[in-house]
Amino acid sequence: MKFRSVIVPVTVLGMIVMACGGDPGPGGRRSSVDLTGAGATFPYPIYSRWFSDYARETGVRINYGSLGSGAGIRQVSEQTVDFGATDSPMSDAELADVKGGALLHIPTVVGAVVVTYNLPSITQPLKLSGDAIAGIFLGTITKWNDPAIASINPDVQMPADDILVVHRTDGSGTTYIFSDFLTSANQAWANGPGKGKQINWPVGLGGKGNEGVAGQVKQTPGAIGYTELAYAHQNGLPTALIGNRAGNFVAPTIENIQAAATGVLADLPMDTDFRVSIVNGPGEKAYPISSLTWILLHEVQADSVKGRKLLDFLRWALTKGDQQAAALDYAPLPAPVVERVFQRLDEVKLDGGQ
Amino acid sequence: MSVDPGADSTPSPVTPIRGDGPKVSGQNFGDRIYRWTITAFALCIPLLLLLIAVEIGSAGWPTFREHGISFLFLSTWDPNSGQYGVLPAIYGTLISSLLAILLATPLALGVAIFLSEFAPAWLRTPVAFLVDLLAAIPSVIYGLWGIFFLIPLLRDHVAPAIKSLPVIGALPIFAGPAYGNSLLAAVLILTIMILPYTSSVAREVLLAVPRSQREAALALGATRWETIRDAVVPYAKSGIVGGVILGLGRAIGETMAVTMLIGNVAQIKASLFAPAYTMAALIANEFSEASGPHLSALMAVGSALFLITIAVNGIARWLVWRVSREGAA
Repeated sequence: MKFRSVIVPVTVLGMIVMACGGDPGPGGRRSSVDLTGAGATFPYPIYSRWFSDYARETGVRINYGSLGSGAGIRQVSEQTVDFGATDSPMSDAELADVKGGALLHIPTVVGAVVVTYNLPSITQPLKLSGDAIAGIFLGTITKWNDPAIASINPDVQMPADDILVVHRTDGSGTTYIFSDFLTSANQAWANGPGKGKQINWPVGLGGKGNEGVAGQVKQTPGAIGYTELAYAHQNGLPTALIGNRAGNFVAPTIENIQAAATGVLADLPMDTDFRVSIVNGPGEKAYPISSLTWILLHEVQADSVKGRKLLDFLRWALTKGDQQAAALDYAPLPAPVVERVFQRLDEVKLDGGQ
Repeated sequence: MSVDPGADSTPSPVTPIRGDGPKVSGQNFGDRIYRWTITAFALCIPLLLLLIAVEIGSAGWPTFREHGISFLFLSTWDPNSGQYGVLPAIYGTLISSLLAILLATPLALGVAIFLSEFAPAWLRTPVAFLVDLLAAIPSVIYGLWGIFFLIPLLRDHVAPAIKSLPVIGALPIFAGPAYGNSLLAAVLILTIMILPYTSSVAREVLLAVPRSQREAALALGATRWETIRDAVVPYAKSGIVGGVILGLGRAIGETMAVTMLIGNVAQIKASLFAPAYTMAALIANEFSEASGPHLSALMAVGSALFLITIAVNGIARWLVWRVSREGAA
């Protein structure tokens, strides 16, 4: 599209600035940005940690624009960046529009979305089933003491207050994961709003960003909203236990999030393109509002030097990098999955340009 | 853009000196270079405007082609199912700006009249400075102030107080639950934000009213109030309307503070306590994650906003022109 005419000069300018201003990297490598990427904001905290650690270890510098999944898909499809990143898998139609050959989805970490609420009278974590959450966000459940909520929280005296729904108003991977879960867990939701980065919400208020949603929930007694796990954790928001497919109510812990990935990915066919949803997955402990997040790269790398650097980085990220994931509230990929991702990386062709 | 239609109709004793006036035969080479350079600079602005219009228009073209002009009158915005109706956002944009102008204009006029007619000299400069300072505050700061001060105030005190009033509390414009984030919050923040624009311009024009105008009115036995009402304000009328337009333009385009306070729900409700949406907020919220038809739809919204801004400005210009003609007659 027309953006290319803007993005190319801006990116080039950015690279020139970086090249001029950067201090010499360790290992005597020439100091410049080696790779550029753009995309999802959801995994940005962990990605930025990876890039800085990787630059310190190897001298390879990666510049990442945390512009949103849509922008990441757009830019990698136009080949204005070396890799993209997205929270929701690309559609077949989007994949068909890509320039420069097929794009691969490489999962990196597992993230989760939590349901947070403001009920001052309740001290223990609230339990919520997929049907209850869908009912609340559809507007069919309007009081906190509705039987659909009270029956799964028998030990809690639910207040008779009105529920105020708060949702994201900006397009986001967080909304995609949340609505993907509701679509999977509740038929009425699947027939109604469905899943997407942008939802035509039947009820509620829109907040901008995680902070907009969390701020509104914190300020309004009776409010309910959803944010990504890291945001809720770092800001000490209460999080609900969510009913999973096995019928257990599970907390969004790293272990439970990883369990969601293990359950789904174990059954994948060998030739999977990793465009899978892991919401509402099987497993006793699986946290149901979990999702993979992906890096997008071309199967045939036009520039073999850059391609090799990118593959080296991804292998590092999935082994050493994943160890930091938990500290930043993401779950590392389960070990068998990492092995299969490695096999996929081996299939990337580096001699496309020559 | 730079031509003031009012200028043509106002009789002026001095014939304006025009760039394409009588040619000096032996025009200096330096003069010619100067003239070309200046012309090029002057052409940059309309060219830029044209470029923006073409770029946004062509990016939004697929939406116009597929949905026609009808998408301006549909009220469902659902990118998932490919429905792009922007009527609620257009409504929110116009109504929030209009209400803000209605609230801000008397306030701004009051400030301007006080500063130009009543304030002692030692008070004039600091108050004028503080009012102008309002224009320098970043809109995100207004948004934060709105979230932490205005919204709790509206939700916990203003809304319950209004709702408890007989008759007034039952009016449809105050119906529904009040969560704070609402059309009203956006209108109030816009009012504060556009106040300095309107009041600065109004103050300057009021100060420019000749002393003789006031003295003549006073000499005829007018009170101070009558002098201001009948002699000073009418003289400055077209300038004041210009200041209001400046404020209106600012209100229509304001994005950040409004996004943070308006609640961002695409619906048309009579209630001031209900959340709403504006076109600028819609684009800002959805742009980063949009692709394909969704992106094109946002660009179409951008084109529509562009056209609405031009239309509103055009109408306002026409108003100024009419007002100034009346003033001259």
